[in-house]
Amino acid sequence: MIQINQLTKTFGQLEVLKGLTLDIPDGQATGIVGPNGAGKTTLIKTLLGLVKPDSGNITINEIRLNGNYDYRRNIGYMPQQARYPEQMIVSDLLDFIEDLRGEEAVYKQNLINEFNLQPELHKQLRVLSGGNKQKVGATLGMMFNPQILFFDEPTAGLDPRSSFIFKERIQKEKQAGKTVLITSHIMSELEQLVDHVIFILEGDVKYYGRIDELLKENRQERLEGAIAKLMEEPIQ
Amino acid sequence: MMKVYWQILRNEFQTLLRAKWVLGYGLIFLLLTDTLFRFAGGGTEVWVSVSNIMLLLIPIISLIYGLLYIYQSRDYLELLLTQPVNRSTLFWGLYTGISAPLTVAFIVGSALPLAWHGGLTEGSASQLFLVLTLGSILTFIFVGLGFVMGLWFYDDKIKGFGFSIIIWLFMAVIYDGLIMIIIFMFGDYPLETGIITVTMLNPMDLARILILMEFDISALMGYTGAVFNQFFGTSLGTFASFAMLSLWLVIPAYAGLRVFKKKDF
Repeated sequence: MIQINQLTKTFGQLEVLKGLTLDIPDGQATGIVGPNGAGKTTLIKTLLGLVKPDSGNITINEIRLNGNYDYRRNIGYMPQQARYPEQMIVSDLLDFIEDLRGEEAVYKQNLINEFNLQPELHKQLRVLSGGNKQKVGATLGMMFNPQILFFDEPTAGLDPRSSFIFKERIQKEKQAGKTVLITSHIMSELEQLVDHVIFILEGDVKYYGRIDELLKENRQERLEGAIAKLMEEPIQ
Repeated sequence: MMKVYWQILRNEFQTLLRAKWVLGYGLIFLLLTDTLFRFAGGGTEVWVSVSNIMLLLIPIISLIYGLLYIYQSRDYLELLLTQPVNRSTLFWGLYTGISAPLTVAFIVGSALPLAWHGGLTEGSASQLFLVLTLGSILTFIFVGLGFVMGLWFYDDKIKGFGFSIIIWLFMAVIYDGLIMIIIFMFGDYPLETGIITVTMLNPMDLARILILMEFDISALMGYTGAVFNQFFGTSLGTFASFAMLSLWLVIPAYAGLRVFKKKDF
């Protein structure tokens, strides 16, 4: 359960989050959409403790976030751009994070096989292609089998095959009852992966609900059309 | 918590060693000491020369490396911060993980030529010890400053580099120039206490003076040297100097920690 209450964040002059309030129940797969700069990434980073909010509060699994860190044990995160220490070897990176957390990465081998990372394991990260780095990021995010998963534009750098494998994986995680949060600009992808959608505009929630209801309300066939319509509406 | 710290420290060591340029850094000191041994024959002259170069080189290299490390590791920092790891632990792991290998490279590089040149007499042992200690302290101080600058100007690398170079230039050159001007302009007044205080505020000057005292070459500095000798030559002076250096060791590191804990990544 993720509860966000009246979250605000300002970067310099720019108000990125303006009193954002949200409840995300356990086991729900949710897409976060919105134009560039709407605050999607900032929201996810605030949930992870990477960004400190100016005011408001966040509770994840009954733990109120205030600089604590152990709650992150239950969260897997795949960043928008996967960049890691260049000299490091892929398997060393995975082992390092495993040692750091002091827990076994139960899905490590499984994910390596699924993403076909075996031939890359003994290469330095700097020679990996962008897509393969993304796959390493996905592996890092999911290998500890966390209860909550955050994906920030996960398929942006993946080729169609990897993207397909990745989506299959998300489906599996969903069926396992995970709470999944995905930001994406690819609406067709979200339609496949999530049932709920949060539309963020200028730092606040403009719409939050089931995708099928959103489509019905706006008399649209596809999510893309419905979101486009939402974006055209004037802000109250 | 300690376990996490050691994991981070170990990983930094491995990464730095793999990058090989730390070995190059050690090699510079190795070649330097070795060459000096060949030309000067050993003893005091070698360590005076090593200390002269060390006093200029270590601050700039450590400062720039600390800064570059922050700039180069943004995504890596982000990855570590998304793990169940305390920010303070992470900071100390990174800070010591960068400073320690640089220190080791300096110490090993400088001291290794002793193995084949010999020449560690009773007199030069304490000199060697002082040079190595000061070099190590300076490494930690300036890596800390580099971290502060990198975290402070996280999104503005040009400013980060600019201010770092200015800090180094200020401490290495301008500061002494200003002291000279003050002495020159107000030479008629009793300035000794003031000058000593001001000198102690600059870690590079402080290290320089401790070396001058140890090598007993303060006489070269004339009247100022005599004044310094009167203060820094005493046990109170030595104590005060090391107290100031310790303060310098603590302040940049803690400033870095504070910025790091509050920072948005």
